[in-house]
Amino acid sequence: MMNGLEHYLSIFTKAVFIENIVLAYFLGLCSFLAISKKIDASVGIGMAVVVVLTITAPINWFLYEFLLDKGALAWLGEDFANIDLSFLKLIVFISVIAAMVQLVEMFMERFSQSLYNSLGIFLPLIAVNCSILGGSLFMVEREYTVIETMVYGFGSGVGFFLAIVALASVRYRLHYSNIPVRLRGVGMAMLLTGLLSMAFMAFSGIDL
Amino acid sequence: MELFNSESKKIINDPINVNNPISLQVLGICSALAVTIRLDQAIIMTLAVIFVLCSSNVILSLIRDYIPARVRIVIMLSVIASLVSVVDELLKAYLYDMSKQLSVFVGLIITNCIIMGRAEAFALKNGPSKAFLDGLGNGLGYGMIIIIVSFFRELFGAGTITLPDGGAGYVLWRIPEAWYAAGYENIGLLVLSPGAFFILGLVIWGQREWFGLEEDV
Repeated sequence: MMNGLEHYLSIFTKAVFIENIVLAYFLGLCSFLAISKKIDASVGIGMAVVVVLTITAPINWFLYEFLLDKGALAWLGEDFANIDLSFLKLIVFISVIAAMVQLVEMFMERFSQSLYNSLGIFLPLIAVNCSILGGSLFMVEREYTVIETMVYGFGSGVGFFLAIVALASVRYRLHYSNIPVRLRGVGMAMLLTGLLSMAFMAFSGIDL
Repeated sequence: MELFNSESKKIINDPINVNNPISLQVLGICSALAVTIRLDQAIIMTLAVIFVLCSSNVILSLIRDYIPARVRIVIMLSVIASLVSVVDELLKAYLYDMSKQLSVFVGLIITNCIIMGRAEAFALKNGPSKAFLDGLGNGLGYGMIIIIVSFFRELFGAGTITLPDGGAGYVLWRIPEAWYAAGYENIGLLVLSPGAFFILGLVIWGQREWFGLEEDV
């Protein structure tokens, strides 16, 4: 474990800027486009994504590592050492995400009424936000350790937060500009996202 | 119900033209952009989405009277997730190269909002045969857009047109060396992520211009 902290910092920076989950991997675009019309709402959903991604990625890591992966059931005894349940990962991950979203919602309702009121309506939407499932799938594909997974989940959430708030601010300013009628709305948002994505690509030269 | 009366034609045609899932309902954009680097990926992805969309629509429409409204999201997700797992395993078994290229995006069909959106908006309210047609129409509408986008991205970005085959793809046509010698160059930007956003933005603009549709902002 040489330079532990630096290693995690580099995963974080990578997840936020260089491999931004929205702008480089196109995940979570549905809510990204639909909600970025308003800045307040964007901040709300951005925070909800950060919370849910940070929680679900490590949980899914544990499930994958100790139940689903090939040989993961070895702790049950010799007979189970060859079982490969990884084809179940999609169903397990999505159920964990849906359940966690419900739990987070109930928890917030109980302990933080103000946060619940500001995030409330966005939480159910997050269950079907591709960036959450994508975070878990990427973690499996890249074979992260548990701490790396936590850092990666948090970083991806922050990346989503940054991107959606940035787009919402730009769209807010566009109210006063003269865009061709048929390009208004999603078309323009797409072109803007392209520009944002180009801006974030400037980070891609950084070698961590 | 007759299969091709005007109502069922409308159910299939609308999502392809005036109510396109990607460009007008704004659903399922994530995967639409990620798999459009090459034409063959887009075609395989379209087939996968049409399969999942039709089957999930039919299954959910058959059990729609038994689903309690409060837990419907979880039920829809588990039906969709099972179907996607089937597709994922099929691709791994028969088109291994392709499944490696599509990597996590096959799994992400689960969270493709088109499927949840159509289940919620149509399948839970209509009978199975209509739901099947709706799935087919929306799948074709999705496919049309991503095939157009991937055609432009591949042709101008990489200079080839690739069709799917059992392995790494069959190159139908590539820009001749003589063109490069004469000074033609590929637009590298189109292969990267910003290019996908630009092309899709322009396709959406073009389609709305064609059908004379606009969105109130």
